[in-house]
Amino acid sequence: MTSIDDYRCDVPNQWCSGCPNFGILTALKRALADLALEPHEICLVSGIGQAAKLPHYLRANVFNGLHGRAIPAAVGIHVANPGLKTIVTSGDGDLYGEGGNHFLHALRRNPNITVIVHNNQLYALTKGQAAPTTPRGERTRLQFDGVEVDPARMLTTAIAHDCTFVARGFAGDIDELSTILKRAIGHRGLSLVEVIQPCITWGNHSIDAYRERLDPVGEDHDSADRARAIELALKAPDRFATGVLYELPPRPTFAASYRKRVGSGALAELDPVDRSVLIKQVERLKIEY
Amino acid sequence: MEERSLFIVGAAGEGIQTIGGVVARCFLSHGYPAFATSEFESRIRGGNSSVRIRVADEPRNAPVETADVLLAVNPDALAHYRPALREGGLLISPEGPDTEKNAVQVPFFDLAVEHGGEAIYANAVAAGTLCAAGGLPFSVLETVLANSFSSKGEETVRANVASARAGFDCALPQLAKGRIARIPARSRRYAFASANETIPIAAAAAGCRFMAAYPMSPSTGIITAFARHPELGVFAEQAEDEIAAINMALGASAAGARAMTATSGGGFALMVEGISLAGMIETPIVIVLAQRPGPATGLPTRTAQEDLLFALRGGHGEFPKALLAPSDPQDAIDKTFRAFDLADRYQIPVIVLTDQFLADSQFSLDELTLPENSLKTHLADPKEIGDYARYRLTEDGISPRLAFGQSEHLVVLDSDEHTEFGHITEDLTDLRPAMVEKRMEKGRRLVREMAKPRSYRADEADLVLIGWGSTKGAIDEAVGLLRSRGQDVGSLHFTEVWPLPELDLRDGVRYWTIEGNATGQFARLLESEAGLPIEGRIGRYDGLPIDAETILGALS
Repeated sequence: MTSIDDYRCDVPNQWCSGCPNFGILTALKRALADLALEPHEICLVSGIGQAAKLPHYLRANVFNGLHGRAIPAAVGIHVANPGLKTIVTSGDGDLYGEGGNHFLHALRRNPNITVIVHNNQLYALTKGQAAPTTPRGERTRLQFDGVEVDPARMLTTAIAHDCTFVARGFAGDIDELSTILKRAIGHRGLSLVEVIQPCITWGNHSIDAYRERLDPVGEDHDSADRARAIELALKAPDRFATGVLYELPPRPTFAASYRKRVGSGALAELDPVDRSVLIKQVERLKIEY
Repeated sequence: MEERSLFIVGAAGEGIQTIGGVVARCFLSHGYPAFATSEFESRIRGGNSSVRIRVADEPRNAPVETADVLLAVNPDALAHYRPALREGGLLISPEGPDTEKNAVQVPFFDLAVEHGGEAIYANAVAAGTLCAAGGLPFSVLETVLANSFSSKGEETVRANVASARAGFDCALPQLAKGRIARIPARSRRYAFASANETIPIAAAAAGCRFMAAYPMSPSTGIITAFARHPELGVFAEQAEDEIAAINMALGASAAGARAMTATSGGGFALMVEGISLAGMIETPIVIVLAQRPGPATGLPTRTAQEDLLFALRGGHGEFPKALLAPSDPQDAIDKTFRAFDLADRYQIPVIVLTDQFLADSQFSLDELTLPENSLKTHLADPKEIGDYARYRLTEDGISPRLAFGQSEHLVVLDSDEHTEFGHITEDLTDLRPAMVEKRMEKGRRLVREMAKPRSYRADEADLVLIGWGSTKGAIDEAVGLLRSRGQDVGSLHFTEVWPLPELDLRDGVRYWTIEGNATGQFARLLESEAGLPIEGRIGRYDGLPIDAETILGALS
């Protein structure tokens, strides 16, 4: 049995005291414990930002790479060792902004990974500039007269690409968030969980103000209804539909045809390619007379 | 036989590659080494392009710019390439008016329709003509065509052979009697390969299991080979961009798979942050950088050696990396193998520098061999490790490396400066200096095993020509020509260019560098890093490969 203590890590935490990121960390530990995943079976992948530091605060394998590049690294890890539970956990600036192109193409590839987006609607580590998610008109510490472009609505994009698990949680509701994360991590294929994570240092709105903007999807929501899911996702950034917005039966995951050839183990464990295969390739380059 | 060069010129999409491939194979099947290089424009149809075949008794794997035989498939190409035909050389074209005595006219398309049934067999007619002009018997061509087209059915073979025969027969009476010496068959066997063909095989032999790349000339052939030959066992993914490509490969490598990517200068520019990441997280990766002329898009289908210093400096911050620059397709096998070995042992990025000339030209080689043994993995044994720290400080700077999921040991990699356990640190007093030293120590040890340049009379000659990578054939040829004229010339050829090996070179020698760039990048490196005084720098930067005549011209 695993308990959340198994993931305890004594690395000093750099988050602001009272940051909702702590709620995400707790919810993630609970979900992992509920799924009985041992630390060595988990690989946490992140980019750069305050959210991207989460992997340092949870005992597991960690790839804390470059800003915006968590998803491609996770895709590589997934291909090399599909036995690992690979979980990307990073911020909205990192995953939707700097790494937006990779986000889009991950939806097409459907790797068996979970992507957790800490959405605080701004850039916190760089001290309060606009994020791709910041609402139009919001004043920031760079956009002094208010943001003059529209926010990205990436959950809508994910649903449009038939991502088979799209959910939103709230960092202030650890119980519900851990339930969502547990379902996401257990889901086969790309699962996306956006977590509303108000920034208590640079944000313009209180945690309670965010709480009032949440619209739980409710038990009667048909999560296979794409049109309805897109409608719910489009409420952002004014209102945030929470819960599992969209869920479909699993579809083939990335590298499926390669895996049919080599089996499901870690690539590091495979026997070398048969020498006769290599020799044949070399001989092909020799000219007969 | 007397050495000869045959140029086939035409527009993109007219099949000159096919003609060139068939004719080169005919010489090889007949027992003579052919070298085939092509130059073409960055377009799908039209323009001017050429395939250049050089044949001799012994391999001459270097470009030539003068044709003994010029076969032009259209009038524009004829006009464009005519200056390349040497005086007294043979001109073959489908139409006149050409009253030169050394002109042969063969109506490729008419003969194709008449004998093959369709105009598409014009290439076979042209191949037949060239074989006649090259002094080959028709039987060789017949065999090559049968082998090349057998998979497409008997009718295709018949039509090709009939068309080729028509071209051969049409040319023969027009070729002045006795001027074309028939070449006797020999039982010599050669490999005929480009570096883009040998590198994937070497990578698979080295245990590579993962490649992600974005298509970019002239590197694309490598990932294509993995896709075409799934038996090589390498997972190949076309990434959305080069940034994704290198980060995917690093993720795979961190999870224990030997991984690589390949690109050209522009894509390499996008990868640079990833290379720095590899240096920081100490995760092996092999990057093939197939150079082409820049800046920016430059000349996408041409060749250059312009990215040496860029590759060397590519990556912010300070960390060790190795740059290998193979000189021919066999060397590309050896260097690819070595790249994976160095990357794995030192936990660093290793760049294999090729260029369009080396990537695409087909060399004739007496032998083509793979290293005898498969490459050992340098992952640590988890059973021998107690409390695991991915960046354990060690005497040689190399920490035992475990992969994600290899054992119950947790592996923590971080692009931030980190503790021995891989967690973020800002301990500027102890850890930061220790981690910098650790990475630098790997670099210091790496220097000691870098291969010295191949020396030809460098310890005695008055003038020593220095080259690196793909220019070996041209420099060797230039040295031979100069020596035959009584000049005391030697050469040094580098294929491991960074870190520079420890050099022990004589003073008082005239060192001249020869490179495919305008600024003498390797010369600058030798001067700044090895203190070697370079008397002269020969650079070629028009997009074409360095040839012996260019070197001789610059020296005279």
